[in-house]
Amino acid sequence: MPLWTFFGLSRGRATTPWPLRKGDQGQVGVLGMPRLDPTRCEEGCRECTLGCPTQALHTEEGAGVGLDYGRCVVCQLCTEVCPTGALRPSTDWAFGVRRREDLVWAEAASSESGRRLEAKIRRVFGRSLHVRHLDAGSCNGCESELQALNNPFYNLHRLGVFFTPSPRFADLLLVTGSVTYAMRGPLREAYEAMPQPRWVMASGTCAVSGGVPGGGYAAGRGVEGVLPVDLYLPGCPPNPAAVIEALLLLLERMPQCMQGGRLGR
Amino acid sequence: MALLCSGRDTARGWRALNGTERYDVDPAQLLDACRELLAAGGRMQMAYAWFPEPGVPEVRYLGESGPRRPFLMWRSRPPAGSLASLAQVSPLLGWYEREMTDLCGLQFEGHPEPLPLVLHEGVETSLPPLDPRYPAQEPVSFEPAAWQLPEVHGRDVQLLPFGPVRADVVESAQMLFFYIGEGILHFHPRLFFKHRGMERSFEGRAPEHAMVVAERVSGVGSVAHALAYCQAVETAAGCTVPVRARWLRALLAELERLYNHLHYLGYLCHTTTLKVGEAEGKLLEERAKQINGRLTGSRLLRGLLVPGGLRRDLDTDTLDGPIVALGREVARYTARLERTNSHLDRLMTTGALGRELARDQGATGPVERASGLDRDLRRDHAYAAYDELPPGVAVGVGGDAYARMQVRIAEIEASLSWIRRAAATMPAGIVRGPWRLPPGAEGLGWSESPRGGLYYAVHLDDRGRLARVKIKSPSFSNWRVFPFTVHDTNMMDYAINEASFGLTIAGCDR
Repeated sequence: MPLWTFFGLSRGRATTPWPLRKGDQGQVGVLGMPRLDPTRCEEGCRECTLGCPTQALHTEEGAGVGLDYGRCVVCQLCTEVCPTGALRPSTDWAFGVRRREDLVWAEAASSESGRRLEAKIRRVFGRSLHVRHLDAGSCNGCESELQALNNPFYNLHRLGVFFTPSPRFADLLLVTGSVTYAMRGPLREAYEAMPQPRWVMASGTCAVSGGVPGGGYAAGRGVEGVLPVDLYLPGCPPNPAAVIEALLLLLERMPQCMQGGRLGR
Repeated sequence: MALLCSGRDTARGWRALNGTERYDVDPAQLLDACRELLAAGGRMQMAYAWFPEPGVPEVRYLGESGPRRPFLMWRSRPPAGSLASLAQVSPLLGWYEREMTDLCGLQFEGHPEPLPLVLHEGVETSLPPLDPRYPAQEPVSFEPAAWQLPEVHGRDVQLLPFGPVRADVVESAQMLFFYIGEGILHFHPRLFFKHRGMERSFEGRAPEHAMVVAERVSGVGSVAHALAYCQAVETAAGCTVPVRARWLRALLAELERLYNHLHYLGYLCHTTTLKVGEAEGKLLEERAKQINGRLTGSRLLRGLLVPGGLRRDLDTDTLDGPIVALGREVARYTARLERTNSHLDRLMTTGALGRELARDQGATGPVERASGLDRDLRRDHAYAAYDELPPGVAVGVGGDAYARMQVRIAEIEASLSWIRRAAATMPAGIVRGPWRLPPGAEGLGWSESPRGGLYYAVHLDDRGRLARVKIKSPSFSNWRVFPFTVHDTNMMDYAINEASFGLTIAGCDR
């Protein structure tokens, strides 16, 4: 055992200084949601909507192509078929938002709610947060990335965020998966067991909108309609840095980047 | 095929397909055919049903007579929706038959455990959900109802229901322990809380897009699932895949094995409370995922496979440096694990799975290899580039948690060296070939995922859309085996034993 202590010490610091200071986010080369530039769309072109497996891209009445990032599973099919470059691959992944509408591409981005400072949250939590994760029917991809948060590289503890085994100790219920018929009851019960005030985060596109399995006979369509959602983070899966940004957004320690379907830093 | 053409008229040969021999089997002869296959040293793999016409189910059985010999696909039309249960002679088929009862409405006479499995007690549906007449977007109605548990009686016997929401960041499932003090008398996992109907969500999709669905059946098996799916479609289309794409596919599959097994080692240390070992394992997993991200744009290696090859080419020239560096750290780490008595003490003799049990109940992957069964789809039914560069297959003895860890450590080493050799000799050329599917075609594809044998059976409708996709996932097999290693053990070892199996619930529940 002393050997392991020595080994651990000799490995030095593995943790990134990000996001407290400049540093490696660990997502070099990782593709995120596609970027849309509707001015490049050709009249009547519907190539992207035909292959989109979750109808994140859709045709709007009398308008061009609409994009809902809350449904995007980052499959990149649209960026491959787009003939004009209106949809391009990007490395954008900081998509945490407080209002579901902010994930939908809007002609004019509204600026009101996203930047609103919710002083209440800061007052309640100070700078710390206890999270109860609940898998309501995921593919385990989200869990794989959530488990990574506690590895030495991201080391979530240093930011004052802790996963807790019991909903009784939790401030935030972090839900993954599309909420299957069999998990709807346990999800509600876990929420009921949490002390107030309590918050809910829908993490991953399945929890935001149902994702690839959404609908059908068993899968459900995400957390909305089952519990009140305070924070939406689409992604398939959201990478650990995206989860960290979203958690800090909830604590008002980082600004919301996404407004009206557009990223602005 | 000597086995089924041995003079007895149990089966009629049907059109053979790449890697699979297919037979029509008379429902009355199924039990005999199964006994014959087992007696000759063969093994059943899976069974599923589909509806070639609305309301007319057809049952398929997949068997294997041995390595490097074609798979056997039997088809049988159940008269009046009922067949003899083959679980009586091949226990591993028990869960497949219960699944067919739940999802396709078929009955199996003489089934040893005629209970619901995939759909929980209290589910009501207008029709079986996999019947094409069942409306695609209609949710089942569900009012939780009591379920039937094994009866365990005796003084001081207690029942501990744990889950479906369990401590830690883990997947949802309920574990029921009948116990006295520290001793577990009987263990009953209650799964399928996460059943999402993934097989049904393939239906109606275009085959060139549905690998996106396959990648999301089991997130940490994205490559293995997409690969088995693509190979099933390619078999149906009768197309060949460009050689560079075949090599890159296998390279991706080995990168997937690498990060999965590193995660496994870290998580195993978590259960034996070896804290620095846990941190190091998770850090190495993170390194592997970051290598994946830089190489492919996806930490889980998604968005690359497509029927016919790959969606884009990859630059593997810069891969060697990071893999060598990772390999050096992995070697230091695993050598230390192998010298840590406190860790090994908790693993040795824990969760022992005997060879016969592993075989009869259908264990697969590192779990069966740790129990001495020398089987690996990469070698025995080679696909992608594994015929040109065979993988090292590690086989253990003992069948305990220690053997399972050793097999995985050996597989990490084998994957690292396979990746380096493949990257060094990667053939040049295009990565995507043309293909066209005849309407009504079908195909079988397989891959050896980090957790074991994975099969996809794909059926097309007459418009060239997917009519039925069956997924046989390795965790479905291993979850069936796992309880046998928990009965009559103790609570202290449970978490270690579960971690040593390396199961996913998403893959099992689908």
